[in-house]
Amino acid sequence: MRIEKHPILDFDKSKKVKFTFNGQELEGYEGETIQAALHAAGVKVLGKSIKMHRPRGFYCAIGNCSSCFMIVDGVPNVKTCVTDLKEGMVVETQEGKGVIK
Amino acid sequence: MFEKTGVPSKEMVREIFPSIDRINKGPVAVIECYKEIPCNPCQTACKYDAIHVGEDINHRPEVNRDNCIGCAICLSKCPGLAIMIVDGSKSEETVQIRIPFEFYPLPKEGDTVKALDREGNVLTDVKVVKVLNPKSFDRTPLVTFEIDREYLYDVRNIRLEVQP
Amino acid sequence: MKQAELVIIGGGPAGLCAAVSAASSGAKVLILERNNALGGQLVKQTHMFFGSEKQYASTRGIDIPNILLNELDKYKENVEIMTDCTIVGMFEDGVITVIHKEDKYFKVKPEAVVVATGAFEKSLVFPNNDLPGIYGAGAVQTLMNVHGVKPGDRVLMVGAGNIGLIVSYQLMQAGVKVVGILDAAPQIGGYLVHASKVRRMGVPILTSHTVKEAIGTDCIEKAIVCEVDNKFQPIPGTEQEFDVDVLCISVGLTPLNELLAMRGCEMKFVPQLSGSVPVRNENYETTVENVFAAGDITGVEEASAAMVEGYLAGLCAAAKLGHKSDDFEEKKADYIKQLDSLRAGPVGEKILSGIEQILVK
Repeated sequence: MRIEKHPILDFDKSKKVKFTFNGQELEGYEGETIQAALHAAGVKVLGKSIKMHRPRGFYCAIGNCSSCFMIVDGVPNVKTCVTDLKEGMVVETQEGKGVIK
Repeated sequence: MFEKTGVPSKEMVREIFPSIDRINKGPVAVIECYKEIPCNPCQTACKYDAIHVGEDINHRPEVNRDNCIGCAICLSKCPGLAIMIVDGSKSEETVQIRIPFEFYPLPKEGDTVKALDREGNVLTDVKVVKVLNPKSFDRTPLVTFEIDREYLYDVRNIRLEVQP
Repeated sequence: MKQAELVIIGGGPAGLCAAVSAASSGAKVLILERNNALGGQLVKQTHMFFGSEKQYASTRGIDIPNILLNELDKYKENVEIMTDCTIVGMFEDGVITVIHKEDKYFKVKPEAVVVATGAFEKSLVFPNNDLPGIYGAGAVQTLMNVHGVKPGDRVLMVGAGNIGLIVSYQLMQAGVKVVGILDAAPQIGGYLVHASKVRRMGVPILTSHTVKEAIGTDCIEKAIVCEVDNKFQPIPGTEQEFDVDVLCISVGLTPLNELLAMRGCEMKFVPQLSGSVPVRNENYETTVENVFAAGDITGVEEASAAMVEGYLAGLCAAAKLGHKSDDFEEKKADYIKQLDSLRAGPVGEKILSGIEQILVK
């Protein structure tokens, strides 16, 4: 799902970052968002809606719409489309409103 | 129809084309800017005073075909990628067409590629004769190919047959 | 409470230009940006811009932030930039409340403010429009042009305005198949040079067509498309199916106007400007004194217009605070002329009829 060669752009893939998604170890690159790394790994469902429990993916990718909320390092409602991926992050799908521990 | 499809009619194309005599004399710019939009970099880029938009940047560009030498500087500057160079001075059977091509991979000189019309339909196979991609073109490379004269008014694009 | 002379909310094209203009006039500027970098949506615009030289025509959008930041750097003694700052409130007493890096809360009370928050993408109503794989066109641009990730393999674009057409072209540049572009309107809304560009790549443009339904369990697998009549009603029996893993929605933007409304600026819903926009004077000052607005928040247009609006608003805000440069009148007249020129053609007619409704003379 990654663009290998682009006529206009070069993408910095110099530094790999390891993280987990629902317990599964995945890799992304430094400088990208959590959501971009997940999408590159084929993960499109980021959570479930609050009432109807329907699958949720991202929609706006610029931090406006709250469709990409996930639990990151135990914190719910993280906008994964604008939050940078960090080494060792624990990312989980969010169901419902999220609980602050 | 153009407003529905994005494909100009044959008449519209003929209207903006230079005469065959002019094309046979040497390279000349053909600007397919059919509708008024606020834009004038083609005029700014031209060093030969061959493109005129005027004070109101919404006006459609006019090409002075006596001044135009077909240098192709405007091709890589047009944000609409609406300009091509047509040159009929090299052969009686074929014309050379130069177009901007912003895709990967870029063809190489000598490659055979598919020539496409304004709807993306394949017209014929053509040979690439030149590929220019200097820094000053700012990532809008120019590809020149040679094509039978019968396709002069139809050809507008190329496609590489990408290996699976 | 933090003190500031002029706060600029938003570091996109309008905000950065406002900052350049105000800082060069001598005002002390504080830019508050929500993201972790400046540039707004310019950072994903790989295409060359339209307009004329003064609006960076023929320059790729991705290269404009650096041009503006270099310009801003010339006046760095007048400029403070804070990223990761979400504005949570703008109050009647002029206080602006900010959350910095998600957990640090602070207040700032400037003498004047330029609000340049931009716009956000609209959605479209149809069954299953919430399935993953259905993304805003700008979102797809961010994913592929900023992060280098393809949104999927087969994309159907909804909307043949400039964004829909440009993003379709950019999807092809990224090596993604675009199966078609739909628009409910009977005509293509975007520049026809963009339409021709994607048409000659073989992508069909279906005007008077809309999405009837998306089908899929966890993600979109199919889109059902149908023709619409001249009242935008679906015509039975015209349905066709597209196997796609991405449905890209590009049905326009609407101004991010909450802060201005909260501050008490008089707002007006103007369809030609794509939503609720502030009533303003020719200096881009709203009905609340010393609250200026610039860019898409004053009406959705091309980024070239947003930049000129930014320059103008920044210039006028600085002048209001006593930093009136010698060439103020000259500059102001030039910016107004540039805007007039960008809006003079058929494309600008709608915008001008909208501006007429909110401009206080």
